[in-house]
Amino acid sequence: MRRFDYYRAETLEHASRLLTELGDDTFLFNGGTDLLVEIRERLRRVRNVVDIKQIPGLSDITYDETRGLTFGALVTVGRLENLSLVRQQYPNLRAALASLGSIQVRNRATVVGNICRASPSADTIPPLVADGAFVHIYSRTDMRVVPIAEFFTGPGKTVLAKGEIVTGITVPPAADNIGKAYLKHGRRKAMELSTVGVAVSLAMDEGVCSDVRIALGAVGATVLRAPQAEAMLRGSRLDAATVRKAADKAMEECTPISNVRASADYRRDMVGVLTGRAIRQALETFA
Amino acid sequence: MKRMVEFIVNGEAREMAVDGCRSLLDALRDDVGLTGTKKGCDVGDCGACTVLVDGEPVNACLMLAVEAEGRSVETVEGLQPGVDRLHPLQDAFMRHGASQCGFCTPGILMMAKKLLDDNPSPTDEEIRFGLSGNICRCTGYTKIFDAIKSAAREMEAARP
Repeated sequence: MRRFDYYRAETLEHASRLLTELGDDTFLFNGGTDLLVEIRERLRRVRNVVDIKQIPGLSDITYDETRGLTFGALVTVGRLENLSLVRQQYPNLRAALASLGSIQVRNRATVVGNICRASPSADTIPPLVADGAFVHIYSRTDMRVVPIAEFFTGPGKTVLAKGEIVTGITVPPAADNIGKAYLKHGRRKAMELSTVGVAVSLAMDEGVCSDVRIALGAVGATVLRAPQAEAMLRGSRLDAATVRKAADKAMEECTPISNVRASADYRRDMVGVLTGRAIRQALETFA
Repeated sequence: MKRMVEFIVNGEAREMAVDGCRSLLDALRDDVGLTGTKKGCDVGDCGACTVLVDGEPVNACLMLAVEAEGRSVETVEGLQPGVDRLHPLQDAFMRHGASQCGFCTPGILMMAKKLLDDNPSPTDEEIRFGLSGNICRCTGYTKIFDAIKSAAREMEAARP
């Protein structure tokens, strides 16, 4: 492996100071399932890693009915995947968690790491965007909370300034009138990066859609919302014709590229198919 | 800079001095001398390096040796219940010919052990899901699944 120096941070303040003082090519080391691969495949130049796994207070998972689900930066994908609360209240997030890498990878990888890596194809981002999650960010001068849709600024890029550290994520509470789905499309079922991922969270009041968020993964520089498609669904009874029109609109709203996994045209077509399917699946919650 | 790491390997306390950038996989194979754990892809795709850390399966290539401090690591060498005695999974893999080149076998045995510890009689689907991070390029998996099901039955029958 390419050589690097290893630092173990004792506190957030310590980690933040190391990040700024050690200079460029210094990276936080959390689950490490992406970082170590990038080092070994020489995709990222890394001189120092700062391990944050010994910092106390970042491993908690809490839920309350007004705030929702909050989990710390060290919470692994596997730990969340196996929580019955996540299974029951956050089936979209749960589908994304269970489709990420392998069991071995999920035992190390963290959701916070997945979002900080800011890959447009990251599995956990679409459901968190569809659910309107918030990102908690520490800096040595203050704490700030950012809506997850505003967290990403480009492929691999986020609003994090040097020395800032994401400490956790809060996902708003589920409710009886909210239906959710996440559909991942790839070339195989397991150990796959998403070709297209679509998450939908929608609220129904007396048979009418009162709110909906559609999040599209791997079809833009960041995970995208489909605001025009959402507007077509809001206030409707989500009949087949409206759902079809909204799915077509989502195809117009995405901005896919062609790469090794699929062509832009194919991705766009799949956005149409998966958006319709995800809305129908979210509705099945009420059936 | 080397760091001292104290950890438990297959029930035995160990101490080693490792560089911060050394993977647990390299440390196990080259420093501890346990070469049963294989290096396939070295990037977390193949599962040949699967070991159990505090009972949970991880890719040893995606963990740093320094992170093993204070933790318990189980490798395929620790699977045997005693000298000249095989774990039912090892025995079943031999009887079913569930191994051709054998490179994936240690990782699959560790993953299968975890699977059966958690779920003594898994369905075919549960076995497939459990092993989706372990790639075998020789056998086509049929014999591997047969061996795991056979071991599950024997372990279930042997339970008091």
